[in-house]
Amino acid sequence: MSMDRRTLLKGLAVAAPAAAAGSAGASEAVKAPDDAVGMLYDATRCIGCRACVTACKKANNLPLEMYDPPDDLNGTTKNIIKIYHEGDTTSYMKAQCMHCLDPACVRACMVGSFKKRDFGIVTWDPNRCIGCRYCQVACPYNIPKFQWDTPVPKIVKCEMCLHLIKGGSQPGCCAACPKEAVIFGKYTDLLADARERIAKHPDRYWPKGDPIIFGDDEGGGTQVLYLAGLDFEKLGLPDLDSEPAGAIAQKVQHGVYQGLIAPVALYAVLGAVMWRNRRADRKEDE
Amino acid sequence: MAHAKATPVGGPLLTRPYTWLLAFLGVWLLILVWRFTSGIGAVSGLTDGYPWGVWIAFDVVTGTALACGGYAIAILTYILNRGQYHPLVRPAILTSALGYSMAALAIIIDVGRYWGIWKIPLGGFPDMGGYNWNSALLEVALCVMAYVAVLWVELSPAFLEKWKDTSTSEAVQSFARGGLKFFDKALIWIVALGVLLPTMHQSSLGTVMLLAGHKLHPLWNTGWVPLLFLISCVGMGYAVVVWESTISSRAFKRDRHDSMLKSLAGAMVIVLALFTVIRFADVLISGKAAMLFNQGWLSLLFWIEMALFVVPIFMLRGVRNKPFSTLLNASILMMLAGGLYRFDTYIVAYNPGPNWNYFPSLPELLITFGVIALEIALYVFIVKRYPILAGKPAARSAS
Repeated sequence: MSMDRRTLLKGLAVAAPAAAAGSAGASEAVKAPDDAVGMLYDATRCIGCRACVTACKKANNLPLEMYDPPDDLNGTTKNIIKIYHEGDTTSYMKAQCMHCLDPACVRACMVGSFKKRDFGIVTWDPNRCIGCRYCQVACPYNIPKFQWDTPVPKIVKCEMCLHLIKGGSQPGCCAACPKEAVIFGKYTDLLADARERIAKHPDRYWPKGDPIIFGDDEGGGTQVLYLAGLDFEKLGLPDLDSEPAGAIAQKVQHGVYQGLIAPVALYAVLGAVMWRNRRADRKEDE
Repeated sequence: MAHAKATPVGGPLLTRPYTWLLAFLGVWLLILVWRFTSGIGAVSGLTDGYPWGVWIAFDVVTGTALACGGYAIAILTYILNRGQYHPLVRPAILTSALGYSMAALAIIIDVGRYWGIWKIPLGGFPDMGGYNWNSALLEVALCVMAYVAVLWVELSPAFLEKWKDTSTSEAVQSFARGGLKFFDKALIWIVALGVLLPTMHQSSLGTVMLLAGHKLHPLWNTGWVPLLFLISCVGMGYAVVVWESTISSRAFKRDRHDSMLKSLAGAMVIVLALFTVIRFADVLISGKAAMLFNQGWLSLLFWIEMALFVVPIFMLRGVRNKPFSTLLNASILMMLAGGLYRFDTYIVAYNPGPNWNYFPSLPELLITFGVIALEIALYVFIVKRYPILAGKPAARSAS
C-alpha cells in the first residue's frame, strides 16, 4: 500500500516537494468504546415468531403493517427476520444495523450525519443529512434505507433504541424476544457469552467444530454479534476482511493529499510555471 | 499571450430546432415537478440496493469528465505553454462551465434532502465541526462547487468584452473595463486554480467508490482508481474539444482548425497509453490476472473498456496524413472509453447483492436528457450572443 501511495502522489503532483514526504503508516484497528453496548443474536435459538419485528416498529413509532408485513428492511422497517432453507435444515436470520466499530457510513457521510455516539451506537442526525445516499453505497451490509416514496425523505436504520437505553431499558427487539435469541448487554459481556456458547456447543454452530462469532473481527468488528448453525454468507452476511474498506479508502485519500500539503504545493507549482511562461512570452513580444 | 479574435456568431436565436429544444425543456420541467412532489422513487428506477443511478453516473461522474475540455486545454496552453491552442480555450472553458453547472444541477435533483444542500458550502451546519474530512465525497462536493465558480470567472472576459463594446451605459462599460484589467493581472492564479481543482476532484471521484468495498468488483476496486479517473478525464477533455469544435464549426460555419485539432493527437495518445499501461499493470501486480478471463461478462466488460482505450491509439498514429474523420472517430471512442469506465465503476461493476438490480426508468432518463438539453440550449445562446468562437463570423452575422 505504501508503495502505491508514494507513486500515486508523484503522479498527481509531479514537481511537488511533498512527493518526498514520508508515508502515513498503517492505520490501527478501531477498538470498541469503553461504554460500548451491543446485541447478540443466536440464530439457533430463534423460532421466527417475529415478535421483535413488531416490537421494533412500536418502539420506534413506525407504521405496523399487520396484513402486508415487509419482507426486508425498508424506509419504515429497521429490523427484520428472514428464513433460509437448505434441504431439511432451516435457519432464521435477523437483519439490522451492525453498529460497526469502524462504520463505513460514518466515514462516508460528508456532513457527519452518521456518527458513533453514546455507547458506540451509530445514529443518524436529520439536521445534517442532505440525502446523498453515499452511506447506502458504502455500507457493506446494505443497512441504511432511504424513503423513496416521499418528497421529504429520511434515512432509516436501527439506532439500537438509544432513546430506550438512555431511560434504562432494553431495545424493543431484545425485550420482546421470548427465546432470548437476541439479547442486549455490554459489548464485552456479549462477546464473552458468545465465546462460552461456542466452547460448550462446538457442533451446534457454524463452522462445526471450530465455530466463529460474526462481528468479532469481520469488517473491523461490529457491536452486534451473530452465532448461527449455517454459513453466514448464506444467511446474508458478506465475507469481509478484518480491515474495513473505509480504512483502505482513507489510506489512499490521505496518501494522495498528505494533509493539504499536496494541493497547496501543486497550486504553487502551477502558478510559478505559468508566471515563468508569461514572462518569457513578454520578452519575446519586445 | 494575445487571444485569437473571438466573435459572437449572431443570427436569430429561435430557429426551429431551438424551439423544439425549448419545448422538450418544458416537458422536462413537468417531470421535475413530479420528482419534487412525489419523491425520487416515483420517477426513477433507484432502489436501496442501487441508490445511485444515471443521475450520478452520467450527469455527475461522466458529465464532469466530459466537461474537462477546459482543464485539458488549460494544461496544454498555460502549463506546457503551447500558445497556439489559444483559439480552443474559450469554447472549451464554456463547455466546461456549462457541463459542471449542469452536474451541480443534477446533484440538486438527485439528493433527497436538497433543502439542506447549503450546508455543504457553508461549513457543515449546525457547527463548523460538521465537515467529515475523511469523506472523499465531501472533497468532491467542495471542489466541484469551487470549480463551477472558477470556470465562470475564467469565462467572464467573454461577457465583459461584449459589455465593454456594446453597452450603452457608462457604468457597465467602466465595470467591464475594470473587470478585464483585473482579469489580465489575476489570470495566472485563476487558471492555476482551474487546473488544481479538477486534479483534486476528478481523482477523488474515483476514491469515492473505494468505500463500496466488496460490493465493487475487484477488477475496478483498486488503490489506483484516483489516478485512473484523473488520466481518463484528461483524455475525455481533449476528445470533447475535438468533437465540440467539429459540431460548432458545422453548425455555425466557423473554421474547424483542422491542423490544430490534429496536433492534439500526440497528447491524446500519451493519455490513452498511460491509462492502458497503468490499468493492466495494476491488475497484473495485484494478482488479479486470472479475473481477466474467469469473471464471465465482467471480464468481457473489462476487455471492451480496454479496446475502447487501445483502438484510438492506433487510429491516432499519423493522423496528420489521415482524413479529419479519423480524428473525430477516435475522439468519440475516447469519450466512450472514459464514460464506460466510469459507468462500470459506479453501476455495472457495483453489486450490492443477489436480490437487487437496476435499470433507469423512462422519467429518470428524461430528466438526464433534459439536463443535456438545457446545456445545449445555453451553449447555443451564449455562442450566438457573446465572443466565444474564433474564426471568421458567418456571413449573416448581425454583430
